[in-house]
Amino acid sequence: MIPGIIIGVVVVVLAIIIWANYNGLVGLRNQVKNAWAQIDVQLKRRYDLVPNLVETVKGYMKHERETLEAVTKARNIAVQASSAGAGERSKVEGELSSALSRLLAVVERYPDLKANQNFLALQEELTSTENKISFARQFYNDSVLRYNNKTHMFPSNIIASMFGFKPGEFFEITVAAEREAPKVSFTQ
Amino acid sequence: MWEQIRSNQIRSVVLTIGMGALLILIGYFLGLYFFDSAFAGLVIAILIWAILSLVGYFQGDSILLSMHGAKKIKPDDHPRLYNVVEEMKIASGLEKMPDIYIIDDPALNAFATGRDPNRASVAITSGLLQKLNRDELQGVIGHEIAHIKNRDVLLMAMCAVLLGTIVLLAYYGSRFLFFGGRTSSRRSSSSGGGGGAMIIILVVALVFMILAPIFAQLIYFAISRRREYLADASSALYTRYPEGLASALEKIANSTEQLRTANKATAPMYIANPFRQKGLRASDLTSTHPPISERIRILRSMAGASYKDYDQAYRHIHGGKGVMPASSLVAETVPVRTMRLESEPSEIQRARETSDVMWRLSNYKTIPCDCGAKLRVPSTFRQPQIRCPHCGRTHQV
Repeated sequence: MIPGIIIGVVVVVLAIIIWANYNGLVGLRNQVKNAWAQIDVQLKRRYDLVPNLVETVKGYMKHERETLEAVTKARNIAVQASSAGAGERSKVEGELSSALSRLLAVVERYPDLKANQNFLALQEELTSTENKISFARQFYNDSVLRYNNKTHMFPSNIIASMFGFKPGEFFEITVAAEREAPKVSFTQ
Repeated sequence: MWEQIRSNQIRSVVLTIGMGALLILIGYFLGLYFFDSAFAGLVIAILIWAILSLVGYFQGDSILLSMHGAKKIKPDDHPRLYNVVEEMKIASGLEKMPDIYIIDDPALNAFATGRDPNRASVAITSGLLQKLNRDELQGVIGHEIAHIKNRDVLLMAMCAVLLGTIVLLAYYGSRFLFFGGRTSSRRSSSSGGGGGAMIIILVVALVFMILAPIFAQLIYFAISRRREYLADASSALYTRYPEGLASALEKIANSTEQLRTANKATAPMYIANPFRQKGLRASDLTSTHPPISERIRILRSMAGASYKDYDQAYRHIHGGKGVMPASSLVAETVPVRTMRLESEPSEIQRARETSDVMWRLSNYKTIPCDCGAKLRVPSTFRQPQIRCPHCGRTHQV
């Protein structure tokens, strides 16, 4: 009788532990997924902004054809890679970021452009989108860290391997210039 | 990293239960006196509290916002403000974008309200909006979003209601005690001539009526102060840039304007105490907010941007125990961001931008004239044309 009760209690406790850890893992995995979706939204927003930006500055920047083409090219490559995973994407997005920051550095030489209302509005949008990308990345990486910790720590690691929870991939921008430059700079 | 919310909630629940106990005691004494039945008093106290709570829960945010004449803005009314709020929403992982309101007031303040993270609003005065640069604005909005994310807004609103009920009951209760609310015939028939015991109860009740609102307020302020520190720490973590909030708080501290429509019960909801008491160290028990200078010093001495860094800075400045719940102090390094935004509109540009928004929100049309003047045309203006008073050109309305 008594051994039966003990076994019963152990089984119930085990079931509760598995249930709680499984739900915890699912919750964290969903958070990672949502955080990634946020990054994705902002990256897409940037793809949409780039043609507008190029269109607006083209008239003013007759002599910067190469810089403009580099931006357009980096954007197109990034769009093509947009269904890839975090690791691959971080590289192409890094290229786009640095191409953009080169373009915006050149803007300094065009005072007419800096007086253009249209351009100023675009500039605010672009600055904010860059910020949103880095904040979304920040939140995503924090979520991945928590999720990965959970998949590595006892006892949730056992449940993670039982139900096939794979650790998440961090999203780091790989181009060094981007770390400095997500802030668009046009001082005067 | 976000577990501190839960442990913070437990502490707040304990304090809130303390306030609830005060309310019940008041009801008990009132009932004992006026109805010869503690139960009736309890029912009345709880009924009043329940009604006020329901109003507070469903309408608290709209009451607070309309009290200030706050106007809701759309994304293109003030793109920078909208963007900054969205940035902080993303950084905090909040699911729904809060509504944004501007209060037409030169005082420098901001607050968050709403019943849960899915129905929340942030409001900022036009004065603060034009005073702050983008980083500072980010710090302030980060602080307000943290209040939403940490679920402080509902808690503070509910505590305000509880406090209000206690004050209300104690006020009228003590008036009645003094000026003889009860009929002596009823009382004597039930207590059967125990005059001495009656007097003791009367004295105890009277003292309690006087003390209860004070205690309730102290508890309320204790809840509020902790939450301010936590919101500061969260803002630093979201923005990865404690200096932004620090410098915004400095500007707020240096302002002499006082918010026109603030009152004692709502004071904890603002980013800085709306009542300026010069020379008073606000660290004493009767303040809703930690002293601004201390908040600035803590933010400025943070080594990184994590909760742990905030806690260390707090202990360094304040001494004694830290302010962050232990569960948030996992060892992780969160570097402070170094890149700076340089594409800033100047303060004059920001002032113009803000006043344009305020005119537009009050349904004025703005017609720019070639001479540089801006004509503000009220919506009641019915003429098809208007003459510029500055240079005499006529414009189509």
